[in-house]
Amino acid sequence: MSEKNIRIGSGAGYSGDRIEPAVDLIKEGNLDYIIFECLAERTIALAQLQKMQNPELGYDPLLEERMKACLPHCVSNHVKLISNMGAANPLAAAKKTAGIAQELGLSNLKIAAVFGDDVMSMLHVDTQNFLESGDSLLVIENKIISANAYMGVEGIVTALKEGADIILTGRVADPSLFLAPLIHEFNWSMNDYALLGKGTALGHLMECAGQVCGGYFADGVKKLVPDLAYLGFPIAEMNYDGSFHITKLKESGGMVTPATCKEQLLYEVHDPSAYLTPNVIADFSNITLKEIGKDKVEVYGASGKTLTGQLKVSVGYHEGYMAEAQISYGGSYALERAELATEIIKERLGTKNLMGDDILFDLIGLNSLFKETTLDIEPPEVRLRIAAKTKSKEEAQQLVNEVETLYTNGPAAGGGVSKSIKEIIAIQSVLIDKNKVIPKVEYFES
Amino acid sequence: MKLKNIAHSRTGDKGDIINISVIAFDEKDYPIIQKQVTPTKVKQFLGDTVQGEVKRYELPKLGAINLVMQKALRGGVTRSLRLDKHGKTLSSILLEMHLNTND
Repeated sequence: MSEKNIRIGSGAGYSGDRIEPAVDLIKEGNLDYIIFECLAERTIALAQLQKMQNPELGYDPLLEERMKACLPHCVSNHVKLISNMGAANPLAAAKKTAGIAQELGLSNLKIAAVFGDDVMSMLHVDTQNFLESGDSLLVIENKIISANAYMGVEGIVTALKEGADIILTGRVADPSLFLAPLIHEFNWSMNDYALLGKGTALGHLMECAGQVCGGYFADGVKKLVPDLAYLGFPIAEMNYDGSFHITKLKESGGMVTPATCKEQLLYEVHDPSAYLTPNVIADFSNITLKEIGKDKVEVYGASGKTLTGQLKVSVGYHEGYMAEAQISYGGSYALERAELATEIIKERLGTKNLMGDDILFDLIGLNSLFKETTLDIEPPEVRLRIAAKTKSKEEAQQLVNEVETLYTNGPAAGGGVSKSIKEIIAIQSVLIDKNKVIPKVEYFES
Repeated sequence: MKLKNIAHSRTGDKGDIINISVIAFDEKDYPIIQKQVTPTKVKQFLGDTVQGEVKRYELPKLGAINLVMQKALRGGVTRSLRLDKHGKTLSSILLEMHLNTND
């Protein structure tokens, strides 16, 4: 068991996140681990589509760039790297990373792929309903792209015990990426829910990287954050007894205060006394925060209870198309003209049965047409946005074309039409028994 | 007085559910938030934007409440037609809620 405190850095809060703060942390943070959380709800479905096109792909698009920037410093500073950048293809990601390490002249690295989250073959479309909409999976049976369970710490802990330096996973619950190395280092029991709850609180505070350091916090007036352009990413330092603090590099931008920690602690949380994760039901309801130094906040009172025995599964599926078109009106009566345009479009789409399965009319605007502040009209401009869901691409095309006809067939002085059609890759969830999801680990060496 | 004068806020999303935290700048203002920012008033303030139930969790040790809203994203982040599919901007909108200064 580790006697010393363990320092974990957060290197990414989403797939496209900035890379420089992660490199700074690995170089200057005196870290034991760096964690990159890169999988949003839909990312894995998109990655699965990519893997279907090319079996060597389906991992995070920034994997190569991140590894090239980070690996040399990880090796020289003895920092282990854990990430869900494996996305839909952890094996290909690990193999690719081994190749990158070789290219960089970094030999003898043990790179683990952790997978087993793909539960597509275990779905029961005839009996299961989505948690969100209540709809039966039968409705989308032929349209399913992916089904990935949120796995817990088990695969990562195994890989660490077997000496992995770099671990690339598929879908793993975000805080579990942080909890796993703590369990490994401190030899915490998988039944000590109080400690697992503390580690989960740490993971939850850290998983969005810059967001606990004053990112997504500044309001430009009352909540000021220093040097936000150079926002740094956080470091958590955990003691074996479960007490921890959050901090950041002194030279980096941003700030770590009780207020930034409170916003992040409640981010994406429902019942704070029952934050459901694969290994513990964490309890954040008795947490207190104390500023123990500049940019240093101690977190007390996190706890946990026994687990649910079930895992959440994100199911990705094709849900038709989103058609979007916009047109702007400026100057006097901009609003009246946008409203007139709305009425005309509703009438035309209605007559042609082109309103889609759902349709939305928005009015947007400040200074996109005219930058000078000499206009004394309120509102100075209005941009009509029409968004609709359609079953087919053709229907979407007809709908956006209909909006474009407002140029010559609508109110005066409409300008700047834009049209877009996107395929909707939707995500909804079901539950699965945890014991059916078996984590698997394979290794590559550089 | 508006909620923005005494509190800050952040939205999180999961599926078609959002949570909006309301956190007192100064913990002594927590009782005002606790008394006035009720699920009923929040639901009324946000109108049709939130179609489902609003539930509130109290965190007196943080001087905060957490408001959890069902059917708040027109189908969820991946399915919504809204410009802000995550509901992230709704935290700033909620801070415009008026408070009764006589309390």
